Amino acid sequence: MRKMTFGKGQKLSRRTFVVGAAAATTGTLALGFKAPFVTEATAQNGATEVNIWVAIKPDDTCVIRIARSEMGQGTLTGLAQLVAEELQCDWNKVTTEGVSPSRNLASKRAWGEMGTGGSRGIRVSQDYVRKGGAAARMMLLQAAADQWKVPVGELTVTNGVITHSASKRSINYGKIAAAAAKLTPPDPKSITLKDPKIWTIAGKPLKRLDTADKLNGSKVYAIDVKLPGMLNAAIKDAPVFGSKVVSFDDAKAAKMPGVKKIMKVKDTAVAVVADTWYRAKTALEAVDIKWDEGDNAKVSSATILQHITEGLSAAENNGERKTGDAAGAIASAAKKVEATYFTPFLAHACMEMMNATVKFSKDKAECWVPTQNLEASLAALSEASGVPLAQCEVHRHDLGGGFGRRGGTQDYVHQAVAIAKEFPDTPVKLIWSREEDQAHDFYRPISVCKMSAGLNEQGELVGLHVRSSGQSINAWLNPAGIVGGKDQRQLQGWYEAAGDAQLGYTVPNLLIEYVMRNTHVPVGPWRGVNTNQNGYYMEAFIEECARAAGKDSLEFRRGLMKNHPKHLAVLNAAAEKGDWGKPLPAGVHRGIAQFMGYGSYSAATAEVSVDPKGKVKVHRMVLALNCGHAVNPHQIAAQVEGSVAYGLSATFYGEMPVENGRMTSLNFDSYGILRLAEMPKVETVIVPTYDFWGGVGEPTICVVAPAVINAIQAATGKPVRSLPLKNVKLA
Amino acid sequence: MAKLNINGKTRDVQAEPDTPLLWVIRELVGLTGTKYGCGVAQCGACSVHINGEVQRSCSLPLSSLKASDKIVTIEGLSANSAHPVQKAWASVDVPQCGYCQSGQIMAAVALLKKKPKPTDADIDEAMTNICRCGTYQRIREAVHLAAGTTRAADRAQRRA
Repeated sequence: MRKMTFGKGQKLSRRTFVVGAAAATTGTLALGFKAPFVTEATAQNGATEVNIWVAIKPDDTCVIRIARSEMGQGTLTGLAQLVAEELQCDWNKVTTEGVSPSRNLASKRAWGEMGTGGSRGIRVSQDYVRKGGAAARMMLLQAAADQWKVPVGELTVTNGVITHSASKRSINYGKIAAAAAKLTPPDPKSITLKDPKIWTIAGKPLKRLDTADKLNGSKVYAIDVKLPGMLNAAIKDAPVFGSKVVSFDDAKAAKMPGVKKIMKVKDTAVAVVADTWYRAKTALEAVDIKWDEGDNAKVSSATILQHITEGLSAAENNGERKTGDAAGAIASAAKKVEATYFTPFLAHACMEMMNATVKFSKDKAECWVPTQNLEASLAALSEASGVPLAQCEVHRHDLGGGFGRRGGTQDYVHQAVAIAKEFPDTPVKLIWSREEDQAHDFYRPISVCKMSAGLNEQGELVGLHVRSSGQSINAWLNPAGIVGGKDQRQLQGWYEAAGDAQLGYTVPNLLIEYVMRNTHVPVGPWRGVNTNQNGYYMEAFIEECARAAGKDSLEFRRGLMKNHPKHLAVLNAAAEKGDWGKPLPAGVHRGIAQFMGYGSYSAATAEVSVDPKGKVKVHRMVLALNCGHAVNPHQIAAQVEGSVAYGLSATFYGEMPVENGRMTSLNFDSYGILRLAEMPKVETVIVPTYDFWGGVGEPTICVVAPAVINAIQAATGKPVRSLPLKNVKLA
Repeated sequence: MAKLNINGKTRDVQAEPDTPLLWVIRELVGLTGTKYGCGVAQCGACSVHINGEVQRSCSLPLSSLKASDKIVTIEGLSANSAHPVQKAWASVDVPQCGYCQSGQIMAAVALLKKKPKPTDADIDEAMTNICRCGTYQRIREAVHLAAGTTRAADRAQRRA
């Protein structure tokens, strides 16, 4: 992987983190088990630090360190299971402790990268966290062997109790931890990890470790932080992206109760600082702000659609995959199929809106923030405050949802620092209103996609041309990801290469193209990223091809998947558990879809009815997933259920229209979200093959929309070529 | 100065009369289990009980409340998370990020008070709070568990 150092004089940029985090998916980390401040760590909580991943208290409590962010996806529990499995401790005595990014920095990134996105939390750290658990176990056993003067090979360990059966002696981890901590850690290369087939803690459907304080209101999210003397800030950034504040009239707001300061933030925004947030927000509404809105104010959904549609017939492309002669094969095919699809901008709408509390002093800066990338938050804090990294501290809080919104950008940290700098030594909490959160997201990119296919006399797909045109995430957030004008990331799920997001179909003549058409609207990763749009386009169109060929949807797909046995196995699992081909109640119809992303294979069936007025109800969905190893089936099912809810919200309601250059769906009254009554019965079928490590949080979302859309086509005979469904007339 | 009865204690609060109860609870009383999610009574993250009825506190101005109104927040629901709904939530492992769950639990408690044996249709009608993590299926199961109306299929699924 790309080397990441925090050495002397090196400027640590937000970009470095983003790029480094992306590079880490393919690389390996050379990790040791010692951090250079073990004495400090030892003092914590009365626990002895055996190594950086494991500290043990005298009462045998095993404190497992977690570097990644927990935002609901359950990675905290899964990572703890992996460490505990190798440690062979008592699961009932496991607690967790979050690693601070400053400690990671001070110890030369001993805990590896902390970024939590791309469904990487477990799959990218599984090897070194398991080795951390194993190394701690080896040291504990060695310490017991040394104490009893017996060969270590004669010892066994169960649930954190080491036994020497020959001499009938036993000792608990808590009693031997101090001696173990003094030993030299084993060479990571010498560690043999357990075969997952004999796992007893990992692989089990255990409950989450972090539920208790979510049931009684005691969990402190960053938005709940209370600090002595704290002030509160509300902000309004330019509604038209890219415009600057020309002037603002605060005469009325300045006289309102509790108001401390009204200020411009970073040329584009105005903030009000007050004693309470509600007073700050109320006063902000009374500030009359003028922005230099320029030509961006002329942009609307209609002009954007025109702009991206133009890309469908343009000469160039910005990323492609090619086999044979797709155009020729389609031109000479017995039957042609053609369709153009559309997906809109979408907001993340995390329940906990963007917020950050910052305390700025001359030689220290602190931040309390919900973040998917603690190191990026730390870098942003340092960059914005001018305080050196080593004197910055980011306090960890679990997130009230993330979904990709709180990764590398850290825009809210930059704003909060700019505000807090005006109040040295006083903590200031910046909270975005829901309206601000909707108006200033990094949205799921908008795109259109033209699909053309040729079928031969036997109804087989002989040529396929995919041309997608729309906005690029890399262009906005990571230009280095665009190489020679090509942005292959936009082809996610359509790749030829195996392992990550490979297309599961073999088509003899295939051309897949992406055409970049950017707008002034910020875009970013949104749970599932490009697999959402690409999965919908591909699977809705394959359905149209199957129908044009007069074939069963499942059989048509199977015919294209002979060279992709893993994709096929998952499709078959979804079909079998989803009762494909079996009778349904009157008026209920089935759809099916398969796709791949984040190293995992997904497929789904959906059972749907459409009433005479065109109202759609999803009754049942069965989702099959091969994520390689299944660390916690109960939490995997939770993620699958969650992906259905998030995916169906997008399918039915999700769109962020643009008018006069700005977003208009600014709260849940206009930005519709799926409610409980609309949630189908979801059945999760996990079919792991134990030969790779795939992601879980994101992979299944990409099959949700197409499975439902294809069921609607089964019901109505008509394809759905544009989302969301609320804009589609079905009756 | 207004007097409010929150979780059985009388609180004196100083705020503009149009201040929503949510912000009184969070910023003046200091109870942060009740969440801000939308401010327009859409999402239910701010749900509290007022005289036993579930209400969205983000849209209730302080001026609409009397000193005699009994306000209960998630913190006042039970000691040690002992309410059957909280226990059911733990048993089914409902929360993901957890942010909306205070409101979900308050809504479920109010539902069971009115309808101790709710049907799925009753749950559909009463449980309208937004959860972005998508815990709806488990919420439904936990409400049934708390009510003792769990279906055999769900029991089997939980054991599996």
